[in-house]
Amino acid sequence: MSDKNSWEIVMGLEVHVELATKTKIFCSCTTEFGGAPNTHCCPICTGMPGVLPSLNKAVVEYATKAGLALNCEITRYNKFDRKNYFYPDLPKAYQISQLYLPICRNGGVEIEAEDGGKKTIGIHEIHMEEDAGKLVHDPWTNSTMVDYNRCGVPLIEIVSEPDFRSANEVIRYLEKLKAILQFIGVSDCKMQEGSLRADVNLSVRPVGSEKFGTRTEMKNMNSFKAIVRAINYESSRQIDVLSHGGEVMQETRRWDDGKGVSFAMRSKEDAQDYKYFPEPDLIPIEISEETIEQTRASLPELPEAKRRRYVSELELSEYDAEQITKSKSLVDLFEQNLNAGYPAKEIVNWITGEVMRMLSDSGREPEDMSFDYSYLGALIGMVQKNEITRNTAKKVFKAVFEECCDPVKYVEEHNLKTVTDTGAVKTVIEEVIAANQKSVDEYKSGKEKALQYLIGQSMRALRGKADPQTVTAILKEILG
Amino acid sequence: MNLECMTALELGAAIKKGEISAVEAAKFSLGQIDKYDKKLSCFVTVQDNVLARAEEVQKKIASGEYTSPLAGVPMGIKDNMCQKGIQTSCGSRMLYNFKPTYDATAVEEIMNAGAVPLGKLNMDEFAMGSTSETSWFGVTKNPWNTECVPGGSSGGSAAAVAAGECFYALGSDTGGSIRQPASFCGVTGIKPTYGSVSRFGLVAYASSLDQIGPLASNATDCAAVLAEIMKHDSRDNTSVATKGINLDAVMNMEVKGMKIGIPTDFFGEGLDSGVASCIESAAKQLEAMGAQIEKFDMPIVKYAIPAYYIIASAEASSNLSRYDGIKYGYRAENAGDLLELYTKSRSEGFGMEVKRRIMLGCFVLSSGYYDAYYRKALQAKALIKSAFDKAFEKYDLILGPVAPTTALKIGENLSDPLKMYLGDVYTVMINLAGLPAASVPCGFDLNGMPVGMHLIGNYFDEEKILGAAHAYQQVTDWHKRRPTGLDII
Amino acid sequence: MLITDELVTYLEALGRIKLPEESRAKAQSDLQEILQYIDTLSELDTEGIEPMSHALPLTNVMREDIVQPSVSPEEVLLNAPEQKNNYFLVPRSFE
Repeated sequence: MSDKNSWEIVMGLEVHVELATKTKIFCSCTTEFGGAPNTHCCPICTGMPGVLPSLNKAVVEYATKAGLALNCEITRYNKFDRKNYFYPDLPKAYQISQLYLPICRNGGVEIEAEDGGKKTIGIHEIHMEEDAGKLVHDPWTNSTMVDYNRCGVPLIEIVSEPDFRSANEVIRYLEKLKAILQFIGVSDCKMQEGSLRADVNLSVRPVGSEKFGTRTEMKNMNSFKAIVRAINYESSRQIDVLSHGGEVMQETRRWDDGKGVSFAMRSKEDAQDYKYFPEPDLIPIEISEETIEQTRASLPELPEAKRRRYVSELELSEYDAEQITKSKSLVDLFEQNLNAGYPAKEIVNWITGEVMRMLSDSGREPEDMSFDYSYLGALIGMVQKNEITRNTAKKVFKAVFEECCDPVKYVEEHNLKTVTDTGAVKTVIEEVIAANQKSVDEYKSGKEKALQYLIGQSMRALRGKADPQTVTAILKEILG
Repeated sequence: MNLECMTALELGAAIKKGEISAVEAAKFSLGQIDKYDKKLSCFVTVQDNVLARAEEVQKKIASGEYTSPLAGVPMGIKDNMCQKGIQTSCGSRMLYNFKPTYDATAVEEIMNAGAVPLGKLNMDEFAMGSTSETSWFGVTKNPWNTECVPGGSSGGSAAAVAAGECFYALGSDTGGSIRQPASFCGVTGIKPTYGSVSRFGLVAYASSLDQIGPLASNATDCAAVLAEIMKHDSRDNTSVATKGINLDAVMNMEVKGMKIGIPTDFFGEGLDSGVASCIESAAKQLEAMGAQIEKFDMPIVKYAIPAYYIIASAEASSNLSRYDGIKYGYRAENAGDLLELYTKSRSEGFGMEVKRRIMLGCFVLSSGYYDAYYRKALQAKALIKSAFDKAFEKYDLILGPVAPTTALKIGENLSDPLKMYLGDVYTVMINLAGLPAASVPCGFDLNGMPVGMHLIGNYFDEEKILGAAHAYQQVTDWHKRRPTGLDII
Repeated sequence: MLITDELVTYLEALGRIKLPEESRAKAQSDLQEILQYIDTLSELDTEGIEPMSHALPLTNVMREDIVQPSVSPEEVLLNAPEQKNNYFLVPRSFE
């Protein structure tokens, strides 16, 4: 039974997303990321005695938007509940969350299945809650330092059904989720800053079995790569345990990406009784049919609709449309330049080519692109007007991507413009011909390859600043 | 001028007329505290800036900034209301050194009315108790008999008013904590409708039941205080905008024509005969004044205590979890790890009654028991509310005893928690329903201990309750009696 | 419902408190007595009654999403029993 193929992996996801509201969920402190320790705090978010929560309207709006974009039913009558547990990052020792009446239920997201077809991942519920603070280990005193800046930042927790069967499906779902939430503007979904965090509930069962195995919950994966590695590790571990007649413990496991292993945090049996009960300090929230319809109407075009439109209206390939609509930043880069009048096909080639290559080489996410999006158009424009060659443009783009250089200035400063004076080009080519008599002879005796060599030599002598077609034409003309 | 017999409104008027200054009034109260508080222990903290504040208030009265009829009147604040820079300890070792950086809204409002706070008043630890014996800072004594408790949890507030150490006090009432000590100490106190006074800055015991209110020597003083603090507050999600309190309406209220209901279930087993006869006399008095008195049944009453202790303990167990020795308050020494820090700090910081209610609260919320206890209690709460709704279709007010007994001897109930809980039989249902209710002095038992009558009104009927109480106090003098013998003890 | 010694221990753990050894037995019997009394609630017929958290039927009280200044870290940490570099300090957390 230790053959991996005889086991099926079953997974469900709990995704925590920090909402991009200006203020925290229950007080008016900023939600800005980072900051010196305990500078984004007040008596409310630090759980001082006697203070009370005051609900941020935008949180309910954002959660409603997210629910609608993820095809959920919106709960008309909402309540908050307290989840009680002691931990230093939780100053009230309870988290205000929603247990009994979550704001959204019964949604779903369509992804590509392993077999190439479509598959819907069910969304069980989405609820609103508050984030906890941050703990930092202090090696000098061997104690823990507590910073409450993040405490009270609004979160939605998106709980999926146990519909995943492979790590690929998990990643496709997360990419989709991320794109949708970015498009509707409810979160920046930056994994490195913790604004999108996924916990994976994983169990394995023999192929063909209907019964779920005992699951573990994995936390602390802060990149898609880490999630894939953690899933592979944990599924192998469970298969290994079960194949050797062992039992999987229901427990929470923490992924250590450095070591490439997960380890048990605490088993579920000891302690965690969250003693949920309705939050007495907050009154219920009613969401009217009218509000729901208004919110639905206010949703921007979602990635799925965009993808279809790009194919049908802009005649992009399915593949290209898919690539671009994975990310709000890529769509913005595309649409901004499209609106500026550059040809769709040209922009798409740049995005799926150079842009994606640079992103993958630098290990960055599209939302980390910091250059002015109009620079890409400027670059395309210069190529169109034959001011620079395509090869030069690629080099310039590197500077744009890495250092946010203005491409027009960069080309000027580095003297990269295409030599358009054919007289000057001719002079250089004549010098090349004079220095390569052997190749000239070979060409004249019918060896086409010799011409390629001469073109290459000429382009080198011109430092790439001439259009290769012009060079070829002049060469042919001289050589007769 | 004899300040000892003055009400808060009388003193406020004298200050306004310039017959006495706010500073002189403050000096008088500080003198009273000096004289009596060693014996009574009403105050946990006496502020050191009282005279400076009085001077400031006097100036602002002169400049016209403070116009409240209470401006310049010395008062006290229960130790569970946050006051910026002033130790707010809730009668607990857990907060023995806690100094808030913010004011409770009620404190802010009363300061805006020109109050001169003398200090913080003793209470049962975290307002859990009905005797003021569970305070880390010692037992407050009843000014009528220092061998007796003043009631609780606002025992310090009630005793300080009764002893004339302050002219009025702010208290809080979760299950009777204003009304029962008011009854035990012979002062007037009212718990307003839930949501009408902001809870922001009131250290929570049971959030869905807690409410701030005044204790004073008569109904109009209570009305004047209430008029200042009954304001909508956006910092309290459960705060309600009300029409407020009109003092004239209270003073001109007539009992004649009012229909007053008396639940027969209030007069069953456990009610002291001395208390019962005082309530019956009060009913006769109100009848003589033209009210129509009628008895009716309210069998749901017997489920109020179980429902109350489930809900209050559950919320308390959660509200008190924030005291963990990390952010403020008591922290145990030499804790090796985090779990030990929590357990030691909380075990050493909390007293027995608080621990008991935390454990009870954890039990009723723990998984598997939630439906049988907490959910069931919320259903009982709904039934209690609808029983009152039905009664108020018929009656203007409901009358009954506040407590089954007068003040007990110190130590009598401390070792028997259930007996103490049963003492809350008439008060807790009012908090469950969220209704306003007052305790109004209406006589003395054979031992000379005061008895209060419970006047319960419909939602936002504070004016009607206090108006009826005022009319009653126009023809009786129970509220004017002062403890004798305080000077000889 | 019987309050056993194990249950007392469990409740202590849930509440992060420890009763002094000498008052454990008394606490156990007190809790038993209180719970017995509370259990009378089970007699009450609550069939079909909607549990009521809030006595007054308020809904939808919310705040606008407008940033107000936070307080200084000195103020946040004013009452902290132990602190370092504007952090609260606690013994090393488990895990």
